[in-house]
Amino acid sequence: MSDKRLTFKKRMHILKHHYRDKKMAPAFNAIHTFLFTPDDTTLSGSHIRAADDLKRTMNTVIMALIPVLIFSMFNAGYQHYAAIDAANGIIRKVSLLENFLTWDNFYIGLIKVLPLLIVSYGVGLLVEFIFAVIKGHEVEEGYLVTGMLVPLILPIDTPLWMLAVAVVFGVVIGKEVFGGTGMNILNPALTIRAFLFFAYPTWMRGDKVWVQGAVESAGGADAISGETILGFLAQGKGSEITYSISDMFFGFIPGSVGETSTFLILLGGLFLIFSKIASWRIMVSAVIGALTMGLVFNQIVEVGWITDTSKFYGLMSFPFWEHLLIGGLAFGIVYMATDPVTGSQTNRGKWIYGFFIGLMSVMIRVFNPAYPEGVFLAILLMNVFAPTIDHYVIRGNINRRLKRFKNATLLSQGPENEAKKIKAETV
Amino acid sequence: MALLSKKDTHLITDPLSDNNPITIQVLGICSALAITAELKASIVMALSVMFVVAMGNVVISLMRNIIPSKIRIIVQLVVVAALVIMVDQVLKAFAYELSKTLAVFVGLIITNCIIMGRFEAFALANGPWRSFLDGIGNAAGYGLILIIVGVIRELFGSGTLLGFKVLGDSVNKTGLYALGYENNGFMIIPPAALIVVGIIIWIQRSRNPALIEEN
Repeated sequence: MSDKRLTFKKRMHILKHHYRDKKMAPAFNAIHTFLFTPDDTTLSGSHIRAADDLKRTMNTVIMALIPVLIFSMFNAGYQHYAAIDAANGIIRKVSLLENFLTWDNFYIGLIKVLPLLIVSYGVGLLVEFIFAVIKGHEVEEGYLVTGMLVPLILPIDTPLWMLAVAVVFGVVIGKEVFGGTGMNILNPALTIRAFLFFAYPTWMRGDKVWVQGAVESAGGADAISGETILGFLAQGKGSEITYSISDMFFGFIPGSVGETSTFLILLGGLFLIFSKIASWRIMVSAVIGALTMGLVFNQIVEVGWITDTSKFYGLMSFPFWEHLLIGGLAFGIVYMATDPVTGSQTNRGKWIYGFFIGLMSVMIRVFNPAYPEGVFLAILLMNVFAPTIDHYVIRGNINRRLKRFKNATLLSQGPENEAKKIKAETV
Repeated sequence: MALLSKKDTHLITDPLSDNNPITIQVLGICSALAITAELKASIVMALSVMFVVAMGNVVISLMRNIIPSKIRIIVQLVVVAALVIMVDQVLKAFAYELSKTLAVFVGLIITNCIIMGRFEAFALANGPWRSFLDGIGNAAGYGLILIIVGVIRELFGSGTLLGFKVLGDSVNKTGLYALGYENNGFMIIPPAALIVVGIIIWIQRSRNPALIEEN
């Protein structure tokens, strides 16, 4: 058989055998298995064939993110033109076909979001490849989702070099030092976001960063700006909000690239629940947690402990359920909190973990003086506590079963032990 | 005749790398995290600690045979406290601004674990000259890490070194700042020091696997 008749696939297989045991093998294998099913067969031991391997899991999450990504591109352009209109005194009414799904909007989104995506994947995978080659293990698929999440949780005008620095930090300190995919304590995407937040705060908050072009035009004659709803509320300018509830729900509002459309995030969340990739327990309990905290704050305003002279009034009096529609809460709950590596593993633990994420998100949102958003901080905080929660859930389970075992043995010894049994039950 | 015997040289060089007080013994972390946002403060802190450890080691070593072992900690504390007050007064007299930057951390040299550690582990069992060298060596090891962390944090956090604008002027946008570079606010806050120290420990241990503990 001459070389010409070999298929590309066959050549890759041959090349793979050629590179076996070489230093660059992990890097080559990563590309090879990304394109083709490996030709290796397991030679010994029992093995399970499951369709939902790591790669399938990651791809499902990517699929759930695609609508959000495409919507975010349109929204980026829409917010840009809406801000220009607003600077000229025109209040835009959104109309899906007339002024939202247009090529102009999509073009602006494309040229701003695509570079973020490319830098995120390029730098992140480079770091992963370097670590795989140095440590001699295979490149894992973990970064596929992280690389997609990162651009979606950033302000649109984030400079690319900042993103690159943050990605290196996030992947190395957030993941590789703990031993790579599956071993990390903190969600890498949120580590990247937190790094950017603390390192370059001027690019992460204010009314200039959420709309494409606002930073460059600042101070000029054609200056545009766009404050997020949370920003308005935090400054006590709740009455200036021109967005309707449906704008908030469908996502025609300024915000981080992909966080605005609660509707599409909800669809993605349902897709993840029905494909059994993400935990519905975490999502539901996080929503309950957020609503609880929102209700508490609403009640505080209701009974008059906080009046409109307080700086917390704007955010505390905001209707509790609308917290779910604005900011990154929905995105965080659906795509970040449900990360199977950094979240709780036990079912009961998931309820506790999710509940506190919702609770903390709204709490930090209200009380954080400099930045009225707390979802990423809340999730990172609960990431740290997840192993502790799991530990006590498992301890509790062991104790309960020990008690049951004790009761069963006492019961088998006859009725004279009835008194002892009752005592053991009440312990 | 060489100035120092081979054994004595070891007392100075060992704490610089394979027995570093910060990265290997993990002592004196508190001050390493707190005052390293500026290189100048790091250097002054390193020199202050060097003075206190070296002199304290000599004093304790001279008294090692007359200190009752039951109250040795109190005696050590008195020695350290006296030396620290001297350092504090000198700083206040000759570098007032700097002593304000270092604030309480000069006083807290007293609680720096390295100092008590050297008294206990070395000065109580060795002669004054060797104790002096040991103090110098350990303080140098401590100072080395402080200065490395200080350089990294000041360079990336404020864009300066010892106050000189090496990366250009961040307000008038000259040098690197003209290209869109910005200071990294994360480097100013103490958690950054923890991560930088962690990375130094990581590099050191991957260069010399013998340092990695069994677990």
